[in-house]
Formats: sequence, structure tokens, C-alpha cells
Amino acid sequence: MIGYATFEAWWWPYVFIAIAGWLATDIWRWLGVLVGNRLKQDSAALTWVRAVATALLAAVIAKLILYPTGELAGVPVALRVVAAAAGFAAFLLAGKRIWVGIVTALGLLVGGQLLLP
Amino acid sequence: MSTLSAERGAYWFLKGARGIASLPAIILMSAFVGFCGFAVEAGIPLGQTVFMTGMIWALPAKVLLVGSILAGASLPAAFVTVALSSIRLMPMVAALIPEIRTPKTPTWLLLVLSHFIAITAYVFTMERIRDVPREHRVAFFAGFGITVTSANILLVAVIYSTVSSLPAMLAGALFFLTPVYFLTSIWASTRERAGRIAMVIGLALGPLFHQVAPEFDILYAGVVGGTLAFFADRLWKGRAAS
Repeated sequence: MIGYATFEAWWWPYVFIAIAGWLATDIWRWLGVLVGNRLKQDSAALTWVRAVATALLAAVIAKLILYPTGELAGVPVALRVVAAAAGFAAFLLAGKRIWVGIVTALGLLVGGQLLLP
Repeated sequence: MSTLSAERGAYWFLKGARGIASLPAIILMSAFVGFCGFAVEAGIPLGQTVFMTGMIWALPAKVLLVGSILAGASLPAAFVTVALSSIRLMPMVAALIPEIRTPKTPTWLLLVLSHFIAITAYVFTMERIRDVPREHRVAFFAGFGITVTSANILLVAVIYSTVSSLPAMLAGALFFLTPVYFLTSIWASTRERAGRIAMVIGLALGPLFHQVAPEFDILYAGVVGGTLAFFADRLWKGRAAS
């Protein structure tokens, strides 16, 4: 099968990225435009599409916290979950101030790693 | 008359461009520092990392593409992996378009501008678009989208050579910034009850479907969670009305 390292040519990785990256993402954006063009504002269909979009994002969030990539994978899962939950609680308590939630979550994540053996 | 309207359009374009100094844009740039570190670690050369940033734009899709390259995946396999994870862009774009277009907006313009839609641009725009006059919303979105994308392309190019020396704890914190920011900002920008219910259900269903169908988890969680939230909201409304 043709892969990223199949051809030596300098331009091949760019073709690989254009097909497996650019095309694979932008086709959904184009379809989204075509669908969105037909949705009326304040319609039930738009409410449903928005709910699906929000649930998708929420699933992405949960996965980024529970199954992270890179250096974050080395941090214990319990610490990640507690830090995120405490950050969200602080955000709500502070009258939905986003920066309060972020500072709390990051503070706990870094502080927790420094304190834990 | 038309010059005046063009001037107003330029004003809103710049107003959108100024969003580069907003919290969401700054957090996204930090996340891009994290991604750049990941690409360096994976051995992706500078030119290709910059190319990916501009051409794909959506951060999770890039992380998956780099992961596929690392795993030695074939072109069709990498395409399917990235495409499946990016289906989420479709409802996001479909939800955003009715908010920004007017009956006169040409479809080709929306198709071109849709490239700049990713989670951050979606959240930023949904949060602020109601304060922008309808005829200037496309200009406002274009200003933000084009500026933030260009800024991150530049950022990746500039930091590529220095990012590998980032301490592990800082790199981890940068990766953590994104989910925490999304969690709080999406909640803050969701005005409808259906959206809040969808958020809670999606958080639970994401990991659940990850156990059952890891390839399609985000998609299933979105469609099932969003539909459940939609009907729960209808039921609630119906009960309140009766």
C-alpha cells in the first residue's frame, strides 16, 4: 500500500498531507456549507444540528482529557479528571469566568505533579 | 452607498481580526506550540508541519495525521482515520453558516471561508456573532478566521526549531489547556437548554463509545448525544407548556 514514506521525491509527503489531511477535512466543511445553506434560523432542524455539534465537541473534550496524546499522557488520569472537574466548578462559581476555570485546572495539574511522588 | 458599505465591511473585518488578541486565540496558539512540539518529536520536517497547519487547520485532525504517519499507515488508512475524526466539522459548519450568511452571500464565498472553521473559530464566532450586524457577519468571521490561521502558520514556522527544548511539564500543561478551555467556553456560549444537555451527554458518551467503537466514538457520541438532548429539550418544553 502507498504510504507516507513510499516515494523519495521531496513533494510526495506534501501530496500525502494534501490528500489524507486537507481533503479529508475540507470535504466535511464543504458539505457543512451546503447543509447549512438550507437550514432556516430558529428552526427545529438547526437546534438539532447545533445539539449534535455540541455533543461532538463534548466527546472530543472528554477524550482529550481521558486519552491524551503527547506529554499529558504521562500525568495520572485521576489528576487530569480532578483538575478538569475542579476547573469547571471554579468557572461556574466565579460567574462563568473562563480564565478562573483555566487557572484553577492548570494550577491543580502542575501542582499535583509537583506534590505527587 | 456601496463605498460606505465596503468601508463598514472593512471595519468589521478588522474587528474580527482583532480577535487574535482574545483568550480563545491565545489559548489556541499555546495549543499550537504543543502540536509543534509533537510534530518535531515525530520527525515531521518544518515545511510539512507548516503546510499541515495551513491546509488542515483543525488541530485534532493534524494530531491524528501525524499519529498515522508515525504508525506507518497507508494513504487510504490515513485518509479514513482523518476523515472519520473530521465528520464533526460538518454539523459545526452547518450550525455556523445560518448565523453568518445573508440571502445575498454567495455560496462560493462560504465554501472558501469554511476552511477557517475549526473548534476555536466556531466557539469564538458563536459567542460574539449576535453583537455583529447581520450584513457584516461574514466579514467579521473572515477577519478572525484568516488572521488566526495566518498567525498560527507563522507561529509554527518561527518556534519549530526551539520548541523541542520545552520542559515536559509545560508541554503537558499546554495539551491540557485546550480541553479545559473548550469545556468552559462552550458552556459559557451555549444559550439553549438543548445545548447544555448535549454537552453533559456528550461528555459521558465520548468515553463510553470509545470502549465500544473507538473508530467512530466521536461520531456516535455526537449523533446519539445530540439527538437525545434534542428530544429531552422538546419533552421539557412540552411539559412546561401543558
